Amino acid sequence: MPVARTAWCTHPLVKRSAPVVTIVTVLIVVWYIGAVLMNLSLVRGGFEREEAPYTMMELLEGTMSAERPLLPAPHQVVGAFIESVFGYPPTAPRSLVYHAMVTLSATLLGFGLGALLGIVLALAIVHSRVLERSLMPWIICSQMVPILALAPIFIVVLGAIGLQGLLPKSIISAYLSFFPITIGMVKGFTSPDPMQMDLMRTWSATSRQVLSKLRWPSAVPYLFASLKVAITISLIGAIVAELPTGAEAGIGARLLAGSYYGQTIQIWSALVAAAVLASGLIAIVSYVERKVGRRMGART
Amino acid sequence: MTLLVEPVRMNSTADAEPHIYQSNVTRPIAVDVSKVSLTFDTTDGKVEALSNVDLQIGGGEFVSFIGPSGCGKTTLLRVIADLQQPSSGAVTVNGMSAEQARLGRNYGYVFQAPALFPWRSIEANLKLPLELMGFSPTEQKQRAARYLDLVNLTGFERKFPWQLSGGMQQRVSIARALSFDPELLLMDEPFGALDEIVRDHLNEQLLQLWAKTRKTVLFVTHSIPEAVFLSTKIVVMSPRPGRITDIIDCNFPRDRTLEIRETPEFMAIAQRVRTGLRAGHSYDE
Ligand SMILES: Nc1ncnc2c1ncn2[C@@H]1O[C@H](COP(=O)(O)OP(=O)(O)OP(=O)(O)O)[C@@H](O)[C@H]1O
Ligand SMILES: [Mg+2]
Repeated sequence: MPVARTAWCTHPLVKRSAPVVTIVTVLIVVWYIGAVLMNLSLVRGGFEREEAPYTMMELLEGTMSAERPLLPAPHQVVGAFIESVFGYPPTAPRSLVYHAMVTLSATLLGFGLGALLGIVLALAIVHSRVLERSLMPWIICSQMVPILALAPIFIVVLGAIGLQGLLPKSIISAYLSFFPITIGMVKGFTSPDPMQMDLMRTWSATSRQVLSKLRWPSAVPYLFASLKVAITISLIGAIVAELPTGAEAGIGARLLAGSYYGQTIQIWSALVAAAVLASGLIAIVSYVERKVGRRMGART
Repeated sequence: MTLLVEPVRMNSTADAEPHIYQSNVTRPIAVDVSKVSLTFDTTDGKVEALSNVDLQIGGGEFVSFIGPSGCGKTTLLRVIADLQQPSSGAVTVNGMSAEQARLGRNYGYVFQAPALFPWRSIEANLKLPLELMGFSPTEQKQRAARYLDLVNLTGFERKFPWQLSGGMQQRVSIARALSFDPELLLMDEPFGALDEIVRDHLNEQLLQLWAKTRKTVLFVTHSIPEAVFLSTKIVVMSPRPGRITDIIDCNFPRDRTLEIRETPEFMAIAQRVRTGLRAGHSYDE
């Protein structure tokens, strides 16, 4: 093939983004088709009720611009998202930024608490067989109860002892997010090679030294893997916690209000906000992971 | 130069029990293994890894352990280093129990693999035992530099283990084992995975190092020439149950070079080791 014709498609930027662009395009096309099919009867019903003649084109347009569609078209969601993010000052109750910040603060506090709890539990389990046997079943049980059932109980109980607002949400978020961290860190703390453990023994290292010089550094890759899982779970926990309380603010509150009033576009733009938040949080964790990895001699 | 008086072998037949050797060493005994047995309980029965092993090693000796795979060489080294408890028998190291010796940091152990800590630079790897033992930062730095120089790796301080070849990594692990100046150097097939040329080179370096530092070295190998070249004493072992079948003295001068491998004396000792190894190998399984 002549060089001139292939040059643009071998450019590294094109090469790297081509798969992503392809997938996104396919998804958007599928989404549009879905929107048309799902909203078709709704829109046709509307036309027929008005007993006005309509063309095929009008029908098609109607499926993509309905006010309360079953499935909003992508451009409707994007439009609503942009409007609710940039259309209002970030402190206004109609601003998505405001709601996202409310959820984000609960997420971060919950994530912090969850990470702390998760690591402490992992340390306890690694250092004591007895604790492993007594704690592990409870830890696993804790995750078998659906959080949707637990969340209202938490809110009521914590409300009864005077805890409201941010903290109950964070606790629910922590309740979910400690689990992957405990599991990951138990694996991480026990990941040192037997030979490395033997070396520490021949140097007669104390168990604290073994922890700080061997177990911790060995656990770092596991730590970041579980932090990435935990931070998205924290976000889900915070959103779920906003549902049963009838919270006035937060992404969960937007979802709830949207479904009360059949505002599907609002629901979808809140979902987009949640997705943007989650990717941002994961990106931050990945960034820290890369920084730490470089200091710990990771191959680049 | 003869460092040791010839040990007297009581039993000349390889399969006779118990296997008792006496050696009247002129230096104080550094390692005294007496009637050590170790049986592993595995899911498919008991494995007698060591059976009634008796061995005395004088201070400053270079002792090689050679024998077929599974004859208990690693296990014996681990028992001496208190990484494994014998089922019966006792180990004395410099007049202490193995555990006291370990707590007193008498052992520099080199494993078959380099076992460097991948998240630490080469220098930081060398410093690790020194950090644990509470050497001052300046002392740590000096020692790291000195022992890196000893294994010809000056200039690699900032590199990470994966940036070094296998042989270089093994040299780092040897430097690390030496860095805190342990009385005993235990080396389990340290050059097992290296090619002949690198191996020869490291053999010479190790010999120089031993001549310089006068440490007691316990060295596991599968290579007869390596054992004969390096050792003052060669311990031949045999499996099922793991036991010592022969101890061969081998006192070439400390400043020997690789050329001695062509001499008749060298060949004679190598032949004796080979015969001992053959006797230990059983092909009827
Ligand atoms: N932790 C263990 N549990 C059970 N059996 C073991 C254990 N360690 C060693 N053994 C058994 O003890 C015997 C001696 O093992 P050892 O590792 O000491 O052999 P070796 O002489 O070092 O062999 P190689 O030359 O292959 O390294 C073998 O039969 C082995 O299967
Ligand atoms: Mg071995």
